[in-house]
Amino acid sequence: MKRDTAVVATTYDDDPVRAFAIASVVWGVVGMAVGVLIAAQLAWPVLNFDVPWLSYGRLRPLHTNAVIFAFGGCALFATSYHVVQRTCQAKLFAPLLARFTFWGWQVVILAAAITLPMGYTQGKEYAELEWPIDVLIALVWVSYAVVFFGTIGRRKVRHIYVANWFFGAFILTVALLHIVNSAAVPAGLWKSYSAYAGVQDAMVQWWYGHNAVGFFLTAGFLGMMYYYIPKQAERPVYSYRLSIVHFWALIFTYMWAGPHHLHYTALPDWAQSVGMLFSLILLAPSWGGMINGVMTLSGAWHKLREDPILKFLIVALSFYGMATFEGPMMSIKTVNALSHYTDWTVGHVHSGALGWVGLISMGSLYHLIPRMVGQTRMYSVRAIELHFWIATIGIVLYIAAMWIAGVMQGVMWREVNPDGTLVYSFVESVKATYPFYVVRFMGGLIYLAGMLLMAWNVTMTVTRRQPAAPLAPVLPAHA
Amino acid sequence: MDILYLLVPLSVIAMLAILGVFAWALQAGQLEDLDGEGARILQDDEPGVDAGQSPGGALSEQSMLDFRRCEENMA
Repeated sequence: MKRDTAVVATTYDDDPVRAFAIASVVWGVVGMAVGVLIAAQLAWPVLNFDVPWLSYGRLRPLHTNAVIFAFGGCALFATSYHVVQRTCQAKLFAPLLARFTFWGWQVVILAAAITLPMGYTQGKEYAELEWPIDVLIALVWVSYAVVFFGTIGRRKVRHIYVANWFFGAFILTVALLHIVNSAAVPAGLWKSYSAYAGVQDAMVQWWYGHNAVGFFLTAGFLGMMYYYIPKQAERPVYSYRLSIVHFWALIFTYMWAGPHHLHYTALPDWAQSVGMLFSLILLAPSWGGMINGVMTLSGAWHKLREDPILKFLIVALSFYGMATFEGPMMSIKTVNALSHYTDWTVGHVHSGALGWVGLISMGSLYHLIPRMVGQTRMYSVRAIELHFWIATIGIVLYIAAMWIAGVMQGVMWREVNPDGTLVYSFVESVKATYPFYVVRFMGGLIYLAGMLLMAWNVTMTVTRRQPAAPLAPVLPAHA
Repeated sequence: MDILYLLVPLSVIAMLAILGVFAWALQAGQLEDLDGEGARILQDDEPGVDAGQSPGGALSEQSMLDFRRCEENMA
């Protein structure tokens, strides 16, 4: 029986999947290391070394670009190419184009790693890269769409599995967002001016920015969730019907949440309220999807105790639930008046980034990588378990520190004397934040240590054909 | 806020496109037999590769037992 199915298996094109999966781990280490460095710089500014290209202002966008687009992006490429082939029972469409997406994306990442420290930036958060790199991103992304939808077009099963709907929406929307937001007038090779000005530019930027969160960091990773949780748990998703509702409800309501980034600014008040309203509505589909994923283990909860990969995947979902509750709450104008511009926002983003995006990617990669190198499991299952606990402790330290720091800053900034003057100067709030910056740095360092452990485990899995000594029991009949 | 003359129509077009795709999905039978489709991905496994870290074929015996028990509970 195994021989028969082997013929089917060889028709899949897994080279790009393998390449992107390994690149994701490498960039994860790099991006998180830069994150730890800039966290240390906030606590100990001497670490800027008075070197411009090592300064916080230039390295911070390098960190965000590396973790979102290099680590997260490569994980999305790898899993979407894997999932679309398996669920469509079809080989990747346009294999050369798929290879171009890999090398093109690596060039984008390298170009970012060079130009951002040199100070070349468009000044738009999560869209800092200058126009020549933007053009390359657009080319890679269109190729990605051709490969992905081409593969769906040649599918051998009529039904398009729900994960592909999420991946497809992510690919199309990111193309639209990138092209609209990056529209700029070049003034030389490494300088350009945005096509929009003032508050118009801010509106486009956060229309892009929040939809990037919604479609890049949410829809794409939900695609992973809907494939790798059922596969790892060996049971279908709790309610397939609900997953379909989750998809359509999410993509119908996401588009207009962006203005909540511009509360109490020059943006018209009604536009801010629309942003808040849509953000609140989003709670419903988000929690529907979270419950659906977690309940997949209903009746088989013992697997959560035994399988460290499932721990990654399910705890990722609980962070998704936390972040999608906290987000709508922070979009309420009165809450935002306290939270905006404080480290609470940083804590919120990292509960989503480290907790949801990080853990779901790591869990999926732990499932995927051994299968891509002809192994049945990772080199060390115990190391996966250890990584899970290290990562969880790191996240808790990080977000708890930022929550406390953020609320403290918000309260200090709004404290007024009876005569109407401010009780605290800004620098006093910075001074009060110092211990929390140290705790956050430690949390980040611990999370990075987990990523290094993963890199070691992946290296051992890829280089060693057979595990030296199985650490978890394996039934000989199937080995 | 001239930018809204770009962003609002763009969103309306996107929404119409989403509706169009949804209509296609309905008409093309994508939403029929949803329960079966959820389970089908468990059978596309590669040869000689265990599903999950736990050993077994596409579905281990224990999972099939769990799964049946779950179905019985629902019925």
